[in-house]
Parts: sequence; C-alpha cells; structure tokens
Amino acid sequence: MEQPLYLIPLFPLIGFLLNGLLLGRLGKKTISFIACTSVGLSFLFGMKFFFDLLSLPETARIIENVFFTWIPAGQFHVNVAFLLDPLSAVMVLVVSGVSFIIHIYSIGYMHDDAGYGRYFTYLNLFVFSMLMLVLADNYLLMFVGWEGVGLCSYLLIGFWFEKKSASDAGKKAFIVNRIGDFGFLLGMFIIFWQTGSLDFKTALDPAVAHSVFAVGGGMITAATLLMFLGATGKSAQIPLYVWLPDAMEGPTPVSALIHAATMVTAGVYMIARSNVLYMMAPATMAVVAIVGVATAIFAGSIALAQNDIKRVLAYSTVSQLGYMFTACGVAAFSAGIFHLMTHAFFKALLFLGSGSVIHAMAGQQDMRYMGGLKKRMPITFWTFLIATLAITGIPGLSGFFSKDEILWKSFSSDYGSIWIWLIGLITAGMTAFYMFRLVFLTFYGEERMDSHTREHLHESPKVMTVPLSILAVLSVIGGYVGIPHILGGDNRFEKFLEPVMKGVHHSVEGEHALASAAHDGSTELILMVGSVVLVALFIYLAYHFYIKNIAAAGKLRQRFSGLHKIIYGKYFVDELYNAVIVQPLVVGSKFLWKIFDVLIIDGFINGMAVIIGDMSTGLRPAQSGILRTYTTIFLVGVIVILGIVLIFG
Amino acid sequence: MIPIGHFLILSAMLFAVGAAGVIISRNLLIMLMSIELMLNAANLAIIAFSRMNNIVDGHVFVFIVFAVAAAEAAVGLAIIIMIFRNRESINADNFSLLKR
Amino acid sequence: MLDLIIFYFAAVIAVGAAVMMIMQRNPVASVLYLVVSLVAQAILYVQLNALFVGALLIIIYTGAILVLFLFVIMLLNLRGEHFGGKQSRMGRASKIAITVILFAEMVAIFKQVAIPERIGTQAAAVAEDFGSVEMVASHLFKEYLYPFELTSILLLVAIVGAVVLAKRDKTEKMEDA
Repeated sequence: MEQPLYLIPLFPLIGFLLNGLLLGRLGKKTISFIACTSVGLSFLFGMKFFFDLLSLPETARIIENVFFTWIPAGQFHVNVAFLLDPLSAVMVLVVSGVSFIIHIYSIGYMHDDAGYGRYFTYLNLFVFSMLMLVLADNYLLMFVGWEGVGLCSYLLIGFWFEKKSASDAGKKAFIVNRIGDFGFLLGMFIIFWQTGSLDFKTALDPAVAHSVFAVGGGMITAATLLMFLGATGKSAQIPLYVWLPDAMEGPTPVSALIHAATMVTAGVYMIARSNVLYMMAPATMAVVAIVGVATAIFAGSIALAQNDIKRVLAYSTVSQLGYMFTACGVAAFSAGIFHLMTHAFFKALLFLGSGSVIHAMAGQQDMRYMGGLKKRMPITFWTFLIATLAITGIPGLSGFFSKDEILWKSFSSDYGSIWIWLIGLITAGMTAFYMFRLVFLTFYGEERMDSHTREHLHESPKVMTVPLSILAVLSVIGGYVGIPHILGGDNRFEKFLEPVMKGVHHSVEGEHALASAAHDGSTELILMVGSVVLVALFIYLAYHFYIKNIAAAGKLRQRFSGLHKIIYGKYFVDELYNAVIVQPLVVGSKFLWKIFDVLIIDGFINGMAVIIGDMSTGLRPAQSGILRTYTTIFLVGVIVILGIVLIFG
Repeated sequence: MIPIGHFLILSAMLFAVGAAGVIISRNLLIMLMSIELMLNAANLAIIAFSRMNNIVDGHVFVFIVFAVAAAEAAVGLAIIIMIFRNRESINADNFSLLKR
Repeated sequence: MLDLIIFYFAAVIAVGAAVMMIMQRNPVASVLYLVVSLVAQAILYVQLNALFVGALLIIIYTGAILVLFLFVIMLLNLRGEHFGGKQSRMGRASKIAITVILFAEMVAIFKQVAIPERIGTQAAAVAEDFGSVEMVASHLFKEYLYPFELTSILLLVAIVGAVVLAKRDKTEKMEDA
C-alpha cells in the first residue's frame, strides 16, 4: 500500500527549520506552539497510518512510500523511502507520542531558560531524526537517522555548554557513539557486500539471506556482531555505556526523551528489525544475551549506591536496556519491543517526575538533601510511585507483563539458559531495591533540605503535572496489549509483531508449546510468582533501611565500606577507560603534534623555504650590475661554446 | 705568396685584442672602439677567405658590414652622450643600478 | 718575398697599435692608435686584392666613423676624467688569460676549417679585376640588391635613433665644447 508516510517526519523538520531560522524574532509562546504542534501532527498522522495498517490483512501489513531516489550508483541503489509495518508503527507511535508529552512538559520546565528557542529547535530536530530512523526502509537511511539522533544528543547534553562538565559530557557521548557507529558501518558494508542491497525488503528477506549467508558462518556472525557494537554505543550497553550517566548534565526533559524513551532504544529496534540476520548467527545471539544481562546486573548494582537522583535513573535505564537486549538475544524480539514500549512510558515518567522534584528543589539533585516531599508535591509523588511500581514489575502494571515475559523467555527459549534467567531475576530484585530507596529517600521521612529551599517548595505547574498524569495512565494500562496466555490473555502485541519477526520459527515454538503446554504453563506461573515474591522482599528491605531503621543503612555501609566504595565509584570503569584508552591517545596525539607536525612537517616546509632563500642569497652577487662583469662572463660563455664545438665538432 | 693562414692568425689576434679591450677597459668609449676593432678583425678574415676561394661575395659582405658598423657606432655614441649627460661620467663601474 | 715583409710590417703595426689603443688613458690617443691600426689593416686588404674595400676602409671607417668618435670625445670634454680605482692585477691577468684562451680556440678552429691543402698556399691566380670597384659593384647591385636596400633603411633608422637619443632636453644644460 502506498501512502504519504513522509508526512510523519516532515512536520518536526519544518518545526526545526522555522524555529531554527527565526529564533531571535519569535516569542516563547510562538516557539513552543510551533514545536509542539509539529510533533503533535506527527503523532496524529502516525495514528492515521497505524489504523490504515490495521485495516490491511495480517500477512500483508506493509505501507510503503518512496520519497525520492537518493543514490542511483549502479548496483548501489538507495532511496529515501519509508516503510510502515507493525514494528515501525509501534516505534512511531511511542516516539511521537512520548515526544509530544515531553514537549508540553518542557514548556514549563525550560520556561526561565535563556536558550528556550534553541532547546525546542534541537528537540524538533531530534524527533525528525528519530522518526527517520524508525521509518527508514533501508539501512543507510536508518544510519542517517542514527547519526542525526547522535548529533542531537550531543547538542542537547551540552545544552548548557558554558558549564565545562556539560560540554565534556556532550563530547563524551558523541565520541563513544562514534566508536559504535564504526561497527555499524562495517556491519552495513558486509551486508551490502554479500547481498548487494541495503534495503530491508531485499537484505532481510529470509530467502535472500539464506542464499547469501551460511547459517552460523563467519560472514553473518561478523556482520551482526559489528552492528551490535553500534547498538551498544547507541543503547549504552557494556562496553560503551559510559556516556549515559554523564549525559544527565543535560536538561531533565532531554534525559527523559532521549536517554530513556527514544534514542537509546534505537539499538533494540535495529536488532529487532534485523531479526532474520540475527537468527542466522547463534554465536552473536549468545553474545547479545550475555552482554544484555551482564549490563543489566552491572548497572543495577551501581544504581544501588548513587546519591544523585538522576544518576540512579540513568543506571536504571542502562539496566532496563540490558533487559531488552537479553530478550533479543534469546530470540524474543517482540518481548524486547514490548518492554521498550512500557519502559518508555514509565522511565519518561520517572525522569519527568524527578525533573519536577529538582525544579521544586531549585536545582538540588542529591537525594540526601530531600525527604518528605510526599505532602508538598502530591501529584508528582503519586505519578512517581505508579512509575516505580511499574518498573519493579508489580502485577497489574505494564512493567510486570513486559519484564516477566522477558524472564520467562530467557528461561524457556531454545536460545536462553537458566543462568540468564537467574541473573535477570536478581537484577529485578535490585531494581526494586534501588527504586524504592529512591522513593523513600525523596518523598518520605524527614525533610532534610535547608530552610531556604523548604520555603520555596511547591507543586509544579499544570503544564508539567498533566503530562505526568498521562504517562502514569499509560504506565498502568500500557501492558494490557501483551497479556500472556497463561493469565488468560491473548498476547495481542506479540501476534501483531509476528509478521515482522520472520526469523523466528513460530511454528517450532508453537509445536513446542502445544506439546507440553500444561507442563510449561505451570512452570511459567511458578517463575512469575517467584519473581513477584523476590521483588516484594527487596521492597521490604528498602523500607527497612530507609524508613524504619535509617541508622542500619549507615552501619551496613560502614561494614562493607570497601564494596560500597567500588559500587559508588561505578567500578571505576571511567577511570579505567581514561587510563587505558584516553590518556595514551592524548599522549600520542601530543607527540604527533609537537614533534611530528611542528618539528618535522613544518620544519621540512620551512626548511625548504630557507634553503631556497639561501640559494638565492648565494646567487645574488651574480647580479652585480657591473657591466664589465657581464661582458667578461659573456666572453667566457663564448669560449666555452667554442670549446665544445672544438671538442665535439 | 702569403699563406692564407697568416692572415687568419692575424685576424684571430686582432679579435682577441679587441675582446680584451672590451672586458678590461672601464671607459665606455674604449669599449666601443674595441668592438669596432673586433668587427674589423672579422672583416679581415672574410676578405682572406674570399680571396682564397675566388669569390667576390665576401667583399660585398664586408661592404655591408661597414654600413652596419657605422650605424652601430652612431647609435652607440648617442647613447654614450646621453649617459654622460645623466651621470657626468663614462666610467662603466659607476653604472650599476641593477645591483642588489 | 717583398709581400711577406710588407705583410709582417703591416701586421705588427696593426696588432701593436691595437694593443696600445686599449692601454691608453686618453681617449683621443686611443682613437688615433685605432686609426693607425686600421690603416695598417688597409694595407693588408690591398695585399689580398681587396682594393675597393680597402679604400672604403680608409674613407668610411677611419675618415667618418673614427672622426665621429673624436667629435664625441671633444664634445664630452673628457680629458679630465679620472679612471681612478684600482683594477686588481689578478683581475686583469685573468682577463688577459681569457683572451689568450679565446685566441687559441680561434686558431684551432681556423686550423680545422682552412684545410691543410690550402693553408700555406695562396689560391690559384685570380682575375685581374678581382676586388675592383666594377666587380664588387656589379655583385652588389645584381645579386645583393635586396640587402643593399635594406642597409640603407638600416642607416636611416640609425640616423633617426641617434638624433632622438642625443637630442637635448630643454631643461638640461651641456658644457660648452
């Protein structure tokens, strides 16, 4: 089906251009109007095309739109073309919807900032790039969006660029991402080299892929691994996650949008889109699952000891992204996308809520100086609590359904293993602990802030609390599209995405499920109950340490002070990278600069000039201006010529 | 009869003397006169060869050389006059404006 | 035999006067020495049966060109000119060496060109009127008419050039001759 899909990314682009070019002359109201309506229009058109998609039969749910031919270079043929299928539809709705909500929120949050216009300009550019990423019908256009969101991330993290830590964080994000992008590019090269095309229709067609690549062979493993490297950069997994915690230097709505709901999910989307290729490389799948689950527990453990409210949320994001990659690694791609969606809702809500708190606390982000905000900021508190319940996986809320499906699949899938499940389970417990620690420290207990701040505590304006409420509702009901069979539901989400996940052999899974339905059913239920119990236990632990007996927390920290130092210091990974990678590079480039460039190259060039100058100084006396010298030399020349004639003539 | 070779050697000698005059002397006039001397040395050689080969064309050539020498001397002297007017000197070493 | 004596006599005078010419301080003396040398060369011309050209040498060359030189010398009133400053002996010696080398080279070339059979003998007898006015003139106006006319143009150009060059600027003054 052909529809004008380009309308979806068009409006944010127009918003970006209008706001960007007319920045100085527009008032705040106009700027925010342009920015918000453009994203709103994207969302509306996204909805329209989504319903168009639904009206198509299940097996043929594809809407295409070739905008123009971009690179017609012989065999290398790339179009600027868009593809709307169930997977990209989900992404479009999530991206544009959450972006719209956050745009509204930003009107309140950034109200007093001098760079108001610049902010919305960058934000619109970001939404445009992200929509290009998810709507692209080929890897190259996706890469354009990929780079675009990286650029906007840099611009927005370093939004307050006069602050050195902010501009450094922006640089770090961009540079670390670049390393990942390098992998992505190499992966793309391999795909093009082998299949002759970068279009999803061609390269991801199971028939084509199977004819070109050998299952489990070196070529496909290399390609998928390299693209996964790109995903680790963009989606902050080990080893390239280090930029995300520093990215909290940016404004909080930016953290909500880019580093929780949308940009960081690009890696998950990319892998889910390429499921055909990944299913052909079991080695890569194992790597993806292991890295995902390792990142989850690693980041979760760091979050246990952080004091900055945004840092906790940042590491939590890294950890939850780990879950999504684990899902992809165990061939549960739709479970990963499901968690992506629910996570977008509740993580954006958590960040926006924390933004509300920070706003009220006049910029204070350290939880040790908060407390008792429950009474002062009720709407923020209740929405925050709902989001926390969702992320910890309390039954009934969206996070429960998505996280549980991931845990179940990592246990039961042919690609999973009990160890992955176990680590995921422990991480879920950690998540419960640090999230409730955050809630208790921030909203409960005595008010630990100084009197000046206390006087200025206030609930945030409606323009900020209404988005919170909307996201809270979504965090609750967002999971009901994916209720698993065990609990009587239909798992419509998985069914919806099924046509896209061509690599997964549903028939096999179906048989497997049918053959031992009863047995598996009870196992799933047992695991579900088990995880809920564990979560409840850790919530109680948090309650114990941070409400009932606060002194106990301090004593525990002293007893395990060494361990605490390591966790608090983020396992010193940044310091390690700095020492092993950054410093040698800096030393190397200083060497190249001072010695090679200045001494050798400049010296060579300048030396050439000096040599020529000296030569000319040496030859200059020949131009003495004395007539007789000239005539003498003239005569000598004649003699020489005669001599030559005599000798050789 | 006088061997032709004698004349040629004499011509060469006169030419060399003229060349020496050009490069040794500082006086522009003497330089000019040395040039005339060189011309005449060449003339002598031409006449000798012409006699040797019994061709009168050499004489015609010499005739024209005279005319050319006259023209050249006239213009050269005019230049010397101008130089003298400008610089009050005809010492060749004084005219070194081309010098660095 | 007599020819040879006359030859050597004229030759010595020619070369000697030339050498004296370049060594003079007084330009007038130089001119006079050149005149002497040219007259000696005229004798040599006559010995080579170049009667017309030899006469022309005296009339035109010494009689007109060198007199012109004298005029200019007088005009410039150069007698008092100092050619001070030292010319280093080394410089002069090297220059003389250069000219000697030039001479040697020329002799060598002549030796190659004037092939041995002919060196040492004069050619076969020439016609009675070889080098006479009629002979030269007939060649001049028959085969070499074109160069002859061109030469006249050349002389015209030279005249115009000399007049233009030597013309006095209104602001300049000249010493009285």
